[in-house]
Amino acid sequence: MIKKILIGIAFSPNLKANLFEALRLGNMFGAQVIGVHVGEKTTSKETELQELLLESSEAEHSFKTIWQEGNPVDVILNTSKKEKIDLLVLGALQKENLYKYYVGSIARKLTRKAHCSVLLLIKPSTERVPCKHIVVNGLQDEKTEETIKSAFTFAKNLDCKRITIVEEISQSELNVKVNDDETLRKNTLAKEQLKEREDLRVNSILNDIDTQDIIVKKQSIFGRRGYCIGHYAKIKRADLLVMNAPSKTTILDRIFPQDLEYILSELPTDVLIIK
Amino acid sequence: MKNNFKTFMSEIPQNLFSGFVVSLIALPLGLGLALASGAPPISGIIAAIIGGSVVALLGGSNVTITGPGNGLVVVILAAITTLGAGDMHQGFLYTLAAIVVSGIIMIILGFLRLGSLGDFFPSSAIQGMLAAIGIGIFAKQVHVMLGNLNAKGSIVELVLKTPQGLYNYVTTNSQSTLYAGAVGIISLLIMIFYGKIRNKYFQLIPAPMWIVMLSVGMFYYFDMFSSNAYPIDPKLLINIPDDVVSNFNFPDFGKIYQTEFISAVISITLIASIESLLSIKAVDKLDPLKRRSNVNKDIRALGLATLISGFLGGLNVVTVIARSSVNVNNKGSNRSANFFHASFLVIFILLFASELRKIPLSALAAILVYTGYKLASPENIAKVFKIGKEQLLIFLITLLTTITTSLITGILVGIFATFVIHIVINKNLSLFTRNLLKPNVLMFKEDGKYYVSVKNFSSFINYTRLKAKLDQIPENEDAIIDFTLCDFVDHSVMENLNNYAESFKRKGGYFEVIGLDSHNSTSEHPFALRKNIPTKNESSVKTNLTKRQKSLQQISNELGWKYQSLPAKEVSKIPEFGYFKTRQINKVSNILSNENCTLFDIEFHEGELFAKQIIKATMLHINLGENAPEFTLDKEGIFEYIYHFTGFKDVTIENHPDFSKRFYLTGKNENEIKSFFTDDLILFFKSNKYYHIEANNQGLLIIGKERLAGIKEIKSMADFGLRLMNIICTNKLVTTSN
Repeated sequence: MIKKILIGIAFSPNLKANLFEALRLGNMFGAQVIGVHVGEKTTSKETELQELLLESSEAEHSFKTIWQEGNPVDVILNTSKKEKIDLLVLGALQKENLYKYYVGSIARKLTRKAHCSVLLLIKPSTERVPCKHIVVNGLQDEKTEETIKSAFTFAKNLDCKRITIVEEISQSELNVKVNDDETLRKNTLAKEQLKEREDLRVNSILNDIDTQDIIVKKQSIFGRRGYCIGHYAKIKRADLLVMNAPSKTTILDRIFPQDLEYILSELPTDVLIIK
Repeated sequence: MKNNFKTFMSEIPQNLFSGFVVSLIALPLGLGLALASGAPPISGIIAAIIGGSVVALLGGSNVTITGPGNGLVVVILAAITTLGAGDMHQGFLYTLAAIVVSGIIMIILGFLRLGSLGDFFPSSAIQGMLAAIGIGIFAKQVHVMLGNLNAKGSIVELVLKTPQGLYNYVTTNSQSTLYAGAVGIISLLIMIFYGKIRNKYFQLIPAPMWIVMLSVGMFYYFDMFSSNAYPIDPKLLINIPDDVVSNFNFPDFGKIYQTEFISAVISITLIASIESLLSIKAVDKLDPLKRRSNVNKDIRALGLATLISGFLGGLNVVTVIARSSVNVNNKGSNRSANFFHASFLVIFILLFASELRKIPLSALAAILVYTGYKLASPENIAKVFKIGKEQLLIFLITLLTTITTSLITGILVGIFATFVIHIVINKNLSLFTRNLLKPNVLMFKEDGKYYVSVKNFSSFINYTRLKAKLDQIPENEDAIIDFTLCDFVDHSVMENLNNYAESFKRKGGYFEVIGLDSHNSTSEHPFALRKNIPTKNESSVKTNLTKRQKSLQQISNELGWKYQSLPAKEVSKIPEFGYFKTRQINKVSNILSNENCTLFDIEFHEGELFAKQIIKATMLHINLGENAPEFTLDKEGIFEYIYHFTGFKDVTIENHPDFSKRFYLTGKNENEIKSFFTDDLILFFKSNKYYHIEANNQGLLIIGKERLAGIKEIKSMADFGLRLMNIICTNKLVTTSN
């Protein structure tokens, strides 16, 4: 359950929208929202923030501001540890003139190092945009069960009615290569079997979850892990993509992107990373 | 398994026949290609024999024919000249070693499943390279065709010397040159007009074989009937060793570590793989049984065949399109046809070696001049230009670089030019560099449909990724390819998508490309690169009707039928007929129809790539409402005697020996056919004009001549159709009332 939400306050043009999104989330989950500003505390900044908080119709819950100077990454990571934060909300950047979003360098470091779940917002908005469709990964991993459960919690709190669980199956698991009609037939059969196996596995996770009122769909995709789900979320115009946190990232992963890095370099939609 | 064996056995006769026809072409072509390559003529035949047998046993395709290929002429000639440094024979021995090594490389490529490497070449660059090969063949052989063996120089010089060569020929005072040149020119005319003459007896023997037969015949005429001696100098006749079996050349591996050897190996392998891959793909489109070839297995078999052929003094083995097309047209149905083609070549070489020695070189050169022209024909260039100016630029860059430098440089420059042009068109380098290594294709199955989405860009550079996904979709399913998220799609990809669409259509599936319309409006997309999307209904309806069309309109008014210059919707019934199993329909036009009968002009083609023959004809389709038995009815003739021999059965109708004698009737269900052919119907057929008639559950297809029909012919065809339908309908009434 999410009790404390942390948001970085940078006094950028996006501040209002980011703040409102965080407050709204706080309300939906019944959680406290904490804002951290890395930098000097001045009266002008304080009044600006106060004015914004007053504008919001959501500000019923307690909002706490922490002012601290230092390295943004370290400050935010330390605060989130100290305050026992459950969810860190970060804004993404938009490429000039293109409808493509990516995660800036600070946010990227935070995403990799944070000990709590991270929510990356591509289009924060002052008005509420309803969340209609959540896509969640269902790949074979020990974290997956937790991630799917969190996706359902989010769906309930955000009043979302549709969840698609994407089972990414690595092409290498399919050991039939297509050469001609005969191998194509075998390949199709093998895929069918793998799909059934994956569906079974996901079903066993779903058994423990209350899925009432939510349309659940399972979609198996053969292809590169981490990449497929992002592409899928984009073409399905999902509102939220929920993913496992990566096991560990090395330098190599950044050069040859793996799982999450595909998503970070080109955000398909809002992304929630569950830790 | 047992069933497969049974089908195989039952199809042996037709494959035997088809293999025979193919060997008739393979013989002169093999000799000619070897000669043009500067190799001993027999080396081409060795390649065809080894290729035919090895690939038939171990290959992964079905109806392809293998042997020496056109593309190799230029590379082998270059290799022999550079490696031999003046000594053609020694150069040939070194080249044999290069052929052996290239065979080994192809085997390795096959095992590494690198058959898909062939997709890495942009199609306009390949077109340019093929055209350059065509010019290379043409340049050298046009002089040989005119009886001059001594023309030397680079490709460009040789082309420029052509008018001079013609002038020299006209003014020559050597009897030998005059006759050799005459043989050459007549042979060329035969090649050019062969396709235009649609006479089945004439077409029974392929054009190259006509040339061989006529030139050998000419020798015997001088030998036996004429008082003059044979005028053509023995130097201008083909040279085949006296004892073929004991005269093999063996490779010399002496230069194996030298750069020129390595570069020869690379060019030979490159051309062999590209030519084979292109041909395998093209032949799959012709396969009446719609099978998918195992490309990598085929490449391995070709490699092994090349290896063996090289060791025995033969050229390297590739899959060849022209001979494969002939194989399909003659009902070759499995690899045994390739094997039989090889076997017949062995027989020819052993039995007719002395006759073959009478063939003038100019006759073979004429065959090659024609082939070269087909590869580089102006129509090809026009076609490339239609796709887009930038494609023409790529084409010309590749073409000119290839003929002025070498093949490897040519194709590399072509690839580079294509890439640069893509960057210029998009005004964006980072689109390519940032996304080059990233996956960009997503495929999943949803609600029984395959959905493929492509992101960023899709061009020849990353086409293999798209192809890997598309190849996993069974062609009888529905597939949707979405390019909404893709900023750029190049011509090579569009062309390949078109091929997929065709093969899905053939196999009963559905393949649709979506998401490209919006690109046009934002003009991010180069318009020309999208022109290749199949549009079967030509939107430009001509308002100016030709004279023939006006007369057709008049006829339709007289008959009370309806006339349309172009079909309102796609024609679906016609391709179902057996006649179109090996022929692809390009266009249907000038449609005259009433409720049940449809008379139309149809344009279709036989063969693929440069072996393509476009034929226009007028046909009549009758919708019978109820299912007629499947049958074909034809005039009885020489052809049918051959079919009898090869196992096709003629259905005999009792009490009508005259009908059975004059008509050739086949079909699967003999009893149904017998009850369908009532006395009235037989009388009708006996007393009317002959047409080729095919029936299946889509109705009747009536084919007159394999050309467009004139107004009178159309009238009589319509009349024939109406009366035929009357008889069939009354028959049906009688049988049902009984």
